[in-house]
Amino acid sequence: MLEISNLACARGDHQLFSGLSFSLTQGELLQVEGINGSGKTSLLRTLCGFMIPEAGEVRWRGENIRELREEYHAEMVYLGHLNAIKDELNALENLHINAGLSGCALDDKQAIAALRRMGLRGRETLPVKVLSQGQRRRVALARLLVGKASLWILDEPLTALDVGAVGLMQELIGEHLAKQGMVIYTTHQPLEVAGVTTRRLSLS
Amino acid sequence: MAINWFKYSAPSTFYGLAGKLVPWFAWSSAILFAAGLYISFFVAPTDATQSEAYRIIFIHVPVSILSMFIYLVMALYAALGLVFNTRLSSMMATALAPTGALFAFIALWTGALWGKPMWGAWWVWDARLTSELILLFLYLGFIALHSSIDDPRRADRAAALLAIVGSVNVPIIYFSVKWWNTLHQGATIKFTGTSMHVAMQQGLWLMMLACWAYVFAITLTRVRSIILERERNTQWVSDLMGERS
Amino acid sequence: MNTFGAGNNLSLLGLLGLVIRRDLVLAMRRRADVLTTLIFFVMVVSLFPLGVGPELDMLRKMAPGVVWVAALLASMLSLGRLFSADYLDGTLEQLLLAPQPLSMLVLGKMIAHWMVSGLPLVLMAPVLGLQFDMSVQALWVLVAALLLGTPILSMIGAVGAALTLGLRGGGVLVSLLVLPLCIPVLIFGAGAVEAVTSGMSVVSHLSLLGAMLLLSLVFTPWVTSQALRISME
Repeated sequence: MLEISNLACARGDHQLFSGLSFSLTQGELLQVEGINGSGKTSLLRTLCGFMIPEAGEVRWRGENIRELREEYHAEMVYLGHLNAIKDELNALENLHINAGLSGCALDDKQAIAALRRMGLRGRETLPVKVLSQGQRRRVALARLLVGKASLWILDEPLTALDVGAVGLMQELIGEHLAKQGMVIYTTHQPLEVAGVTTRRLSLS
Repeated sequence: MAINWFKYSAPSTFYGLAGKLVPWFAWSSAILFAAGLYISFFVAPTDATQSEAYRIIFIHVPVSILSMFIYLVMALYAALGLVFNTRLSSMMATALAPTGALFAFIALWTGALWGKPMWGAWWVWDARLTSELILLFLYLGFIALHSSIDDPRRADRAAALLAIVGSVNVPIIYFSVKWWNTLHQGATIKFTGTSMHVAMQQGLWLMMLACWAYVFAITLTRVRSIILERERNTQWVSDLMGERS
Repeated sequence: MNTFGAGNNLSLLGLLGLVIRRDLVLAMRRRADVLTTLIFFVMVVSLFPLGVGPELDMLRKMAPGVVWVAALLASMLSLGRLFSADYLDGTLEQLLLAPQPLSMLVLGKMIAHWMVSGLPLVLMAPVLGLQFDMSVQALWVLVAALLLGTPILSMIGAVGAALTLGLRGGGVLVSLLVLPLCIPVLIFGAGAVEAVTSGMSVVSHLSLLGAMLLLSLVFTPWVTSQALRISME
């Protein structure tokens, strides 16, 4: 469903990678590997459509993502280094806004259930700025539970998470893949999903 | 600058072409300036109402017309670079900006020098001069934005958008300043001669052409150094540097 | 409590409402930011009599220009808040990734920004006008002109704010870029109030402002979206 052909990316004067081609279909898990500075984040951002590649194309269901724009966005979700949650709002409000912007219906019960699954029971209505880094990351990840995106693009999702949360992430990814979803991610910590072989793409 | 575009749209080939053209334009400019200034100062007759001071128009008029024209050309190149993603177009826009700003600045100074003998003040908020001042601000904004952004690609595209927004606004700004000036019964600096003596016309034309040639020469030179800087990591530039040393 | 609850696939208007509500709630929870713009406006206007002397005739003539320039400067100052907070915590990226027309989201942010930064200026202006001994008629026209003009300032400013996202030099750079473009608004806005005192037609000025407002509404959200995409590369 996701095809990358002959992709080349540059950052300023610096050529990061070129001639990159791969594809991703339903149920697949792809890890992008590479040393620091090899262009992992730039690749993920190019897949999101933020960066225009120097050469090559990113295609979703056969069409260039730059032409699809909103249709592509409806089917993917991106989690970067930043949590993308507002400190002044509480976790529930953040989830509701996300849902509204993504065009999903979300009632309070579903939102609370998602937050509880992420281990935030009792913290749903606290302003996010009083939560710890790990808890904020969990709020950010809760977005994955309530959306209906099939493609997950995750840039170091495990940052700031404790062992329990890492295990939870592995479960969530497993469930998503079982539902015919796709995940492409980078990580500096080991991430193993039960019963799934991780494909690896190296940029170095 | 409307040469067979597609052949020369690669920075590497344009570099060579520009290099060949610069001396021609530079020499033409020098000759035209010499001729134009001679006519302006020695041949054109003294004006009945404004005496010798009017001669400043031989610099002021070409420079102010060109400053506006350069802005439009700059915005056009910037738009081309934005829409078609051609690097050379953006480089041309960046190369034009300082010259345009300089011309706007000279236009302001010469306008003030012209106004002083007529109105007794260095600056009288004449509509055209005020618009020229705003044009200078637009140029400076373009240059400031471009130099504030480190990533050259983002810099080109952001400055291009600004130039396009600016050029759409220029008529609106000009109209409102003109209106503002007439409302407040401001002074208008204009040439009051009923018909221009032939020598004056010749002088103006020569100076206009001289300024044109100057713009070509200086912009092509500037774009050559921009090309070298941007393309410094490519093969052809290293080859060129190798040849030189 | 669900301020942001929404059903499936919001209509454009519903989307606009969501974005406006979001920004308003955020502004309410950071009230200090909001008040500083208003205080700046009041201070700048009050500085002028201190600088030029309290002679009422002169102040009355200067008043429209002074209030307008202060409104312009206060708007420039407030532009920092439009996108930078969202840019810094990553929510702006998510707005760009939302399956919604970006122009709509941007328009929502512009409207919320005006409600928080522009509208208070409009409401404060009559009080300040009294400091300058403006007539009641002049005050009404001032309010009308500001009501039409401050949204235009917010919208043109948004283009500048989007182009300068994350750059050092922040507020000054945005002002350098945006102020020349706002000059027509200044001229016709102040001109409208002066027309009252000189007995000329106020309607023509206000209609020109109205026309500029419509033009801005149509074009600036799209231009700002393009600027955001350029800045987020």
